[in-house]
Amino acid sequence: MAENLPNKHAIVALVENEPGVLMRVTNMFRKRNFNIDSLSVGRTHRPDISRMTIVIDSTRANAYKIMANLLKLVPVIEVANVSSDLHVSRDLALIKVRSNDAESRNDLTLICERYPARIVDIGPDVAIVEITAQEQMVEACIAELDKIGIVEMVRTGVVAMGRGIRILDSVESRAPVPNGHHG
Amino acid sequence: MKRLISGADIILECLIKEGVEYIWGYPGGTILPTYDALPKYRDYIHHILVRHEQSAAHMADGYARATGKVGVCMATSGPGATNLVTGIATAMMDSSPIVCITGQVPRPVIGSDAFQETDVTGITLPITKHNYLVMDINDLTETIREAFYIARSGRPGPVLVDIPKDVQNEKIEWEYPENEPIRLPGYRPPKQATSEQVEQAVALINQAKRPIILAGHGLMMGMATQEARELAERAQIPVALTLLGKGALPEGHPLVIGMMGMHGAAASNYAIQEADLLIALGMRFDDRVTGNLKTYSPNSKKIHIDIDPSEINKNVKADVGIAGDLKAVLNQFLPGVESNEHKEWIGRIREWQEDSDEREILNRDMGNMLLGAQVINDIWKYTGGDCITTTDVGQHQMLEAQYFPHKRPLTMITSGGLGTMGFGLPAAIGAKLGRPNEEVWAIVGDGGFQMTMPELATAVQEGVKVTICIINNGFLGMVRQWQELFHDKNYSETPMFSPDFVKLAEAYGIPARRITSRDQIEDAVTFARSVENIPVLLEFVVEKEEMVYPMVPAGANLHDMVRRPKPGE
Repeated sequence: MAENLPNKHAIVALVENEPGVLMRVTNMFRKRNFNIDSLSVGRTHRPDISRMTIVIDSTRANAYKIMANLLKLVPVIEVANVSSDLHVSRDLALIKVRSNDAESRNDLTLICERYPARIVDIGPDVAIVEITAQEQMVEACIAELDKIGIVEMVRTGVVAMGRGIRILDSVESRAPVPNGHHG
Repeated sequence: MKRLISGADIILECLIKEGVEYIWGYPGGTILPTYDALPKYRDYIHHILVRHEQSAAHMADGYARATGKVGVCMATSGPGATNLVTGIATAMMDSSPIVCITGQVPRPVIGSDAFQETDVTGITLPITKHNYLVMDINDLTETIREAFYIARSGRPGPVLVDIPKDVQNEKIEWEYPENEPIRLPGYRPPKQATSEQVEQAVALINQAKRPIILAGHGLMMGMATQEARELAERAQIPVALTLLGKGALPEGHPLVIGMMGMHGAAASNYAIQEADLLIALGMRFDDRVTGNLKTYSPNSKKIHIDIDPSEINKNVKADVGIAGDLKAVLNQFLPGVESNEHKEWIGRIREWQEDSDEREILNRDMGNMLLGAQVINDIWKYTGGDCITTTDVGQHQMLEAQYFPHKRPLTMITSGGLGTMGFGLPAAIGAKLGRPNEEVWAIVGDGGFQMTMPELATAVQEGVKVTICIINNGFLGMVRQWQELFHDKNYSETPMFSPDFVKLAEAYGIPARRITSRDQIEDAVTFARSVENIPVLLEFVVEKEEMVYPMVPAGANLHDMVRRPKPGE
C-alpha cells in the first residue's frame, strides 16, 4: 500500500471503560486535525475494557501518527490497524424506505434477496430495512434503496476484527512504534 | 494503621508522600476544606500565596524545570481554575511536570451551572498530559499517586486533578498504600531501541562525513547529557542546540556551535542544511527550528530519538526513528560508535562562525546607544554566567539565547513552545525556591513583565531573592521587528507606555535602579548581587528599534537568513 495515497484504515483501540474516554479520543482527532470517517464504541467480554473501531480515510503515514497519538492517551491500552492485514469488518444500517404502493414493496423484496438485508418492519406507508455487511456493500444497497425513496437512515459505523489468531488483547505487548520502516 | 481522615487530609498526606515541599496557590470557596487542613501540615509543605493563578502554574513550572521534580499548584473552581490555563498550556508545550489541584463544586450540583462552576477537566483536556475529576473519595489516593507518576515519567507534562468540595469534606478510614503498584495498563513509556535500530543508527554515525547532533530539552529531562557529550566528543560531531536544549552541552565547548532555528546561530543553520546526518536527541523539529520543511536539511539521513512515539515522523521523516529513553538508547549506541575527526566538516563550520564574528555588534562602537544584546552579555560577563536565567518571550528571550551562554543543564528556563509573555518573573520565583543556592535572574521585556508584575508582592512576602532585569525598549519588541520586516514599519499597537519601574519597585519595598548607558551595567550587577532575601529590579532603557539577527522569516528556508550587515556593508 503506498505511503502517501489516501485509503480507508480501520484502527481498533482497546480502552479502559471509564467516563470521558470517548471525549479524549475525539478531542485528539480534533486537536491533531485528523478526520474521523466513522467511530463505534462498545463493551467487550471484559467489563473493564471497551473497544473502539475508528475508520479514517487517510494516508498510511497518517494512520501511524493517529495510532501513536491514540496510544499516548492514558486510558488507551492497545491500538492496531486491522486493515493492514486480513480482517473482517461490518457496518449495520437501518433504512426507512417508502413502501406505499405495490411496486415499491416488490422492489424492496428483490433488493433484500440480492443483499444480506431484510425487512424488519413494514406498514402501509414505510418499511425498515436492516443490512449488516461490509461497508461497500451497505453503500451499494443504500444506493438501490434510494431509488425507491429513503426517508430516514441510521448506521452504526464500521466494526472490525483481524482474522485468525492475531488477538488484540490488553496484555502488555509491543507498542505500534513508528520507526521509519513502515511495514 | 487506618484512621478516620477527610479528603482534604488525604490530598495533603499524598502530596507529602510525593515529596512536595511547596504549593503555589490561591484559596477560594470550593478548595476551602483543603486550605483549612493546610496549616496542620506546615512543617512539611509551605504554601505560597500568589497574586494570580496563572503565576501559580508558572511558579510550579519554574520549580519543576529548575529541579527536575514535580511542581504543584492549587486553585479554586471556576475563575481560579480557568486562570491556570495559560500556565498549564505553557507546561504542556515544554514538557514540564506539574500537578494542578483544583476545587470543584459539590457533586450534587455538578452540571447545574452552580456558582463558580466550570468544566475544568473539559477545558484542560487538550493541554494536559492527563486529567482527573475525582467523584469518589475511595479513588482519591490512587488518583493523586497516578497524577504524579504520569506527570514525571515518560515525556513529562502537566496533570490536573479536579476534586469536588464534598469529596474534600468526606471522611473515610484511610492509610497510605505504601507498596501498592500503580496500575495503568495503557501507560507504558517506551524504553530501549531494538538491536536492528541500534545497528542502523551506529552504521549511519560511523559512515557520516558531515554529521550534526541536534540537542534538545529531552537530553536534560532524560539525564542523558553525559552520554550525548561522549558521543559528540568521541566521533567529533558538532552540536547545535534547541532553545530549550541550552545547557544540554556546555556552550563554549569547541563542538557546540550554538542555537539552531529562526534566531539561531547562522553556522548552526548552515551546518544543518549541508549535513549528511542529523542526530536529533530529545527534540521535536518545531517549526521555529526547521523553517520550510520541504527544504529542511535536504541531503541528510535522520536519526531521531525521543521518548514520545508520536514525535517520530511527525514533522520530519526519520530514517532511523527510535521512541525510547535517551539515556538507555545512547548507551546502546556508544559501544559501536567509532572515534572520528571530521576535520574538513568542522573547518567548514569554523568559516561560517568567523563570518558571523565579523557581523557581531557587541564590540562595535554604538555611541550612546544601549543595546539589549550588550546588556544581556554584560550580565553574563559580570556575574560569571553561572546563574539560572528565566525569560518571557520575544526579543529579550532570543538575545538571552544568543548572548548568555549556559554551561550547566537546567539553568535556562524559558517558555519555548507556547511563547508565554509574563512567564519570566513567576518562573524565576519558582526556580529560586527550588534551588535556593543558585543566583536567579529573570530577564524580561517591558511588555511581558507587566503581565505578571503583581508577583513582585509574592516575592517580597516570601523573601525570594531574584533579580528582575527589564529590557525596556518601549515597544512589544519582537512584534515591532516583524512589523518592520514584513509590514512596512506599520507599528500598529506595539509602542507601549510603562510606569516608572523604579518607583513601582519602591512601592513594593524593592531596591531598584534604572540603567541607561553601558558603563553603568557592571555597577548595577554588583548592586543587585549584594541584596539578599528580597527581589531586586534593574530597568535597562535600551535602543527602541534594535533587531534580533540572524532571522529566518517564518516558513522560509533555514539557510535563507536575514543577516546583520557587516561593518561597511
